Amino acid sequence: MSAISLSARGRGRLPRGRTVLKHLILAAVAVVIAFPFYWMLTTALKSFFEATLFPPTLFPAEAHPENFVQAWEAAPWARYFANTVIIAVLVTFGDVTTAVLAAYAFARMRFRGKQLIFMLFLATLMIPSEATLIPNFVLVTKYLRWSNTLQAQIVPFLASAFSIFLLRQHFLSIPNELADAARIDGAGHLRFLRSIVLPLSVPVLVTVTLIQGIGVWDSFLWPLLVTSSDTVRPIQVGMAQFRTEFGAQYHLEMAAATFVIAPIVLVFLVAQRHLIQGVARTGIRG
Amino acid sequence: MAYLFLLPAALVLLVFHFLPAFAAIYMSLFKWDIVQGAFKGLDNYATVLTGARSEEFWHSMSVTLTYTLISVPVEVVVSLILAYLLFQKMRGRGIYRTLYFLPYVTATVAAAVIFNWLMNPNYGFFNSLLEGIGIGPQRWLDEPRGLFELIAGSAGIVLPEWAAGPSLALVGVAIFTMWKFIGFQIVIFLAGLGNISNEYYEAARLDGASERQLFTKITLPLLSPTTFFVATVATIGALKAFNQVYIMTNGGPLDTTRVLGYEIFKVFFQQGRIDLGATMAVLLTILILLFTLFQFRIAERRVHYS
Repeated sequence: MSAISLSARGRGRLPRGRTVLKHLILAAVAVVIAFPFYWMLTTALKSFFEATLFPPTLFPAEAHPENFVQAWEAAPWARYFANTVIIAVLVTFGDVTTAVLAAYAFARMRFRGKQLIFMLFLATLMIPSEATLIPNFVLVTKYLRWSNTLQAQIVPFLASAFSIFLLRQHFLSIPNELADAARIDGAGHLRFLRSIVLPLSVPVLVTVTLIQGIGVWDSFLWPLLVTSSDTVRPIQVGMAQFRTEFGAQYHLEMAAATFVIAPIVLVFLVAQRHLIQGVARTGIRG
Repeated sequence: MAYLFLLPAALVLLVFHFLPAFAAIYMSLFKWDIVQGAFKGLDNYATVLTGARSEEFWHSMSVTLTYTLISVPVEVVVSLILAYLLFQKMRGRGIYRTLYFLPYVTATVAAAVIFNWLMNPNYGFFNSLLEGIGIGPQRWLDEPRGLFELIAGSAGIVLPEWAAGPSLALVGVAIFTMWKFIGFQIVIFLAGLGNISNEYYEAARLDGASERQLFTKITLPLLSPTTFFVATVATIGALKAFNQVYIMTNGGPLDTTRVLGYEIFKVFFQQGRIDLGATMAVLLTILILLFTLFQFRIAERRVHYS
């Protein structure tokens, strides 16, 4: 994966006054961006009484960490988390597997109709999810009878043209000499894929995994349509459900938002380099 | 062998992406509530565009376009400026970039819930800010009155109805959307800036160009493909908006945030009219594809490719 340059290469330094102004602007924006997170955390620590003071207090007068316990016990969060993790792991694993195979075929194999099939695969990128939502709903609930199941939230997402495209681009960049050498050693496609291509593709695979994983964590409309009980609901639908029941308990609502957001923020902070590179490369927006 | 490699992905894409797109068109040609009914030709389209459902449809269409118009240009301009500032060498740029990007990965429902709380009419932080600068409390996401109407009203001027502007509630949803996506757009712009060769800047500097000239004569023209890309992606995102509307306003107050994505959800899921929902979804898809093609056309004519 050749790194996309996100930084200046030796651009001249600005005069001092300008630099200060620039930092002021950037820091002000940073405060605006970060403030909702701060407000979530501090509200989560306030008592209900303090949360509903106006004007609000900027720091909690006294911390009430027990709000988190109370919010956690008020809804089946462990179930929501488990469902989301199961869906995320299976979708990500399935998507990466199907994408690796298809991308390898497009990048490294010769077969009839390759151009046409690739165009058809790419065309699915142009179809907005709105167009497929209703037919998929009918298919999954009426014909497959998967209403209120985990597979309804997994199977439709086991392949994506986006992942295939991203991996294909990378596989194309692997030198032909490696493939020739492998062929001389008697390695077939599967062995070449496993022992040469995949080890060379770890950063791209991490990027695809992250984008898919975050996508699952953020999925809302589809699971809202196909789930009807807590046993299979994922985290965001759980959050929406929690809100309809405890929406007026602002401090608990913010405590719940905190543990819905925390895992994904942690994953992002650990792996942000891969993710930002991937987004810069592909321009995917949810 | 190659076909075997393609089979798993092809199967999933065919069944859940490719065929459903055609199925949506098929469904829009029939009566279809719980089960498939009689063939109706283009009757559903007539119902939606000019018939019994036309008022709701055109209302949600106008809300969708208003929402796109108030969110996309601001998003693009602000993220372009920030990306430009961030691009130069300086301390802490990694931290800024990470922070700006953070909302993009944050779970939408939880983040929207935070903004609802910030915009709470009684206890919200936004109202305490307004109070700090001498403006009375606002109802934010509960406010159906237009933004311009509110501003003019506070100066004692009564605006005609057509000049009322987007409801404050819709503006509130747009504020959230900007917060959520600005980091994403900055990253795309940063990648675009990185593709502009440094030689242009060096040559221009030798000719004595000012910082401002560097920006307007080199950066902006050479960045225009990226700008069009960002604008397209943001427009499509705005046309499809659903999650934030569902969580923040539920289409209210007085339907002023009832965007097409929400209307489709209402019609097909809550009213069970699969046929009309599919019809609207097909129309929304056409609109999205039109915007994409239109923006690419303009891009082809006006963009300076490096």
